[in-house]
Amino acid sequence: MKKKLMFVAVAAAFFGVAAMAPAQQAKLSGGVVKIGILTDLSGLYSDLSGQGSLVAARMAIDDFLKQEKNPFKVELVSADHQNKGDVASNKAREWFERDGVDMIGDLVTSSTALAVMPVAKEMNRVTIVNGAASTNITGKACTDLNVHYAYDTYALAIGTGRAVVKQGGDSWFFLTADYAFGHSLEKDTSDVVTAMGGKVLGSVRHPFPGTDFSSFLLKAQSSGAKVIGLANAGTDTTNSIKQAAEFGITPKQSLAGLLMFITDVHSLSLKTAGGMYLTEGFYWDFSDATRAWSKRFFDQHKRMPTMVQAGIYSSTMHYLKAVKAAGTDEAKAVVRKMKDTPVNDFFAQNGRIREDGRLLHDFYLLQVKRPAESKGPWDYYHVRQVIPAADAAIPAAKSECPLLKK
Amino acid sequence: MNGGHMYWGFAALIGFGLLAPVAGIYPTFLMKCWCFALFACAFNLLLGYTGLLSFGHAAFLSVAAYVAGHTIRNLGFGPEWGILAGTLSAGVLGYVFGSLAIRRAGIYFAMITLALAQMLYFVWLQMKFTGGEDGLQGVPRGMLFGLIDLSDNTNLYYLVFAIFLAGFFLIHRVIHSPFGQVLQAIRENEPRAISLGYDVDRYKLVVFVLSAALSGLAGATKTLVFQLASLTDAHWHMSGEVVLMTLLGGLGTVFGPVVGAFVIIGLQNQLADKVGSWVQVIMGIIFVICVLVFRRGIVGELGRLLKRPL
Repeated sequence: MKKKLMFVAVAAAFFGVAAMAPAQQAKLSGGVVKIGILTDLSGLYSDLSGQGSLVAARMAIDDFLKQEKNPFKVELVSADHQNKGDVASNKAREWFERDGVDMIGDLVTSSTALAVMPVAKEMNRVTIVNGAASTNITGKACTDLNVHYAYDTYALAIGTGRAVVKQGGDSWFFLTADYAFGHSLEKDTSDVVTAMGGKVLGSVRHPFPGTDFSSFLLKAQSSGAKVIGLANAGTDTTNSIKQAAEFGITPKQSLAGLLMFITDVHSLSLKTAGGMYLTEGFYWDFSDATRAWSKRFFDQHKRMPTMVQAGIYSSTMHYLKAVKAAGTDEAKAVVRKMKDTPVNDFFAQNGRIREDGRLLHDFYLLQVKRPAESKGPWDYYHVRQVIPAADAAIPAAKSECPLLKK
Repeated sequence: MNGGHMYWGFAALIGFGLLAPVAGIYPTFLMKCWCFALFACAFNLLLGYTGLLSFGHAAFLSVAAYVAGHTIRNLGFGPEWGILAGTLSAGVLGYVFGSLAIRRAGIYFAMITLALAQMLYFVWLQMKFTGGEDGLQGVPRGMLFGLIDLSDNTNLYYLVFAIFLAGFFLIHRVIHSPFGQVLQAIRENEPRAISLGYDVDRYKLVVFVLSAALSGLAGATKTLVFQLASLTDAHWHMSGEVVLMTLLGGLGTVFGPVVGAFVIIGLQNQLADKVGSWVQVIMGIIFVICVLVFRRGIVGELGRLLKRPL
């Protein structure tokens, strides 16, 4: 009897090992890891993502294959979602159903990210949001197969609000785009300003999208607030900054951009934007590691990377490593691996992906240099403060994501 | 007038619809095409057969999309009830918009519908349940009549095709009914229709409501296909797109809007990866060429060659 049991155990072990052997070769759907970058290739946000995102993704794939000596085949496909939710969801569905795409990255506006996430969840594929900013992505709408990598509005608004008050900007006036996004940006920031002991003197709402901000800016000027918070985005932000400079508001009162990118500063020029505060999750000229990577990026793209593009590289690399470590491209296993492995590269130090999918990493409070302070092209920011990861994300207790409530 | 060639046309349409997914054409793409084809047919009923150019039809598409999405996702309606609720709300909205707009004719009619639709756009932007600029996502496809699983693409495809056909044949019936003949009389010569004793405003209002409700049917079905409703549906671009589909396919023809919808959606789908937002410019160029070279549209010109109305 004992002998027989022994035999069965040995046989089981043998077959077990035999069954395990191919698993080490990585079980891949379609024999290939297919990454889809769904981004804005031609519209408003193509500067901060667009072609640069594709360059970053390609770099990540090439570097991964070189470092890991071609463990499996990786393919990259891309499409333009035109910043429309329905176009994005249509394309994502097609990629998942027909082309066998395993992971979709970038997703520049919140409407596209929120549209693609449930489709990916339904089909058991991974989404890694880099471009979009809404806190809903890891809030009410969170899924266990999504990672929100680069930044969100909370990090930027709270980061800027808290840090600017600390620097002495304790009276605020808000210029707010009149729709849900602007309202929530204003609310998040004014909450932190008052919590830090600052005062909110008032706010004015402008129609979205707006072109003429003169009457709103004059209100902000007459409020006498030290800081004018711009609770808007994209061209609304750049237009209000330009017009604030034209009215002579900016040298006396300072502006705080609550959602801005280095490419906005680049197109505004330092003459117009100089002196204002903003928060980003990445600045190319921060450390040797960021400079080294950014130089390689610059050689290919002729522009310095934004935090979105840097995030694409870092997240794609992290994803591919997780696929290798998990030995499969099955979404649940890969995302589990991604959450269990800390991120340590030029983009994030000791970054950790929380259960709701948010990558916790440091942010930087930046002040735009005045023209005389800048040493050359793309030398745009003073890093005024490093905002630690713990302060830059919605506290788990306040999150609306059910995944954090276990 | 209504000769045998029409039946060949219907047979070809139904045959294509039944066989296309089997032949390997991507079903989600086809479903989108059928939704827009229905939308364009509903629009054609108004512009092509009654001569009323509404520039605010996106309003009806969007109200139905949002209502269907909200009722299915938040109130737990089945898909058939969600679509019904969406269609009804579009009809009610059509009654409100129509009662105001038909008091004026021509360019003023177009401007009133545009203005009302723009107002609605900003309402959607501000409302809570629509999700503002993020849109309303994650609408479950559910079980049709509690029996048929719509998360299966094939099942959903044939439902969408059936809805399209129902709408299409309803429009066809309306056009060829005495009511439809009066509509065409209004299009040709409104004062004469009045002098013959027809209550023109009443006819206009009824056809406006009908067109709005059918646009709503298309919008609600689209929500079920993509599982989302977004501001794109309410934007005036959408109102323009449906004009383009109808004109390109052939104004006042039975099959024209269907062809137009397939051409436009197909082009958008093909070009999206390659040229991105330049699609808009290309659409504009196509529109200009259409107006300059073949003013009757694809099906209209074809009908002229065959010397038969299609």
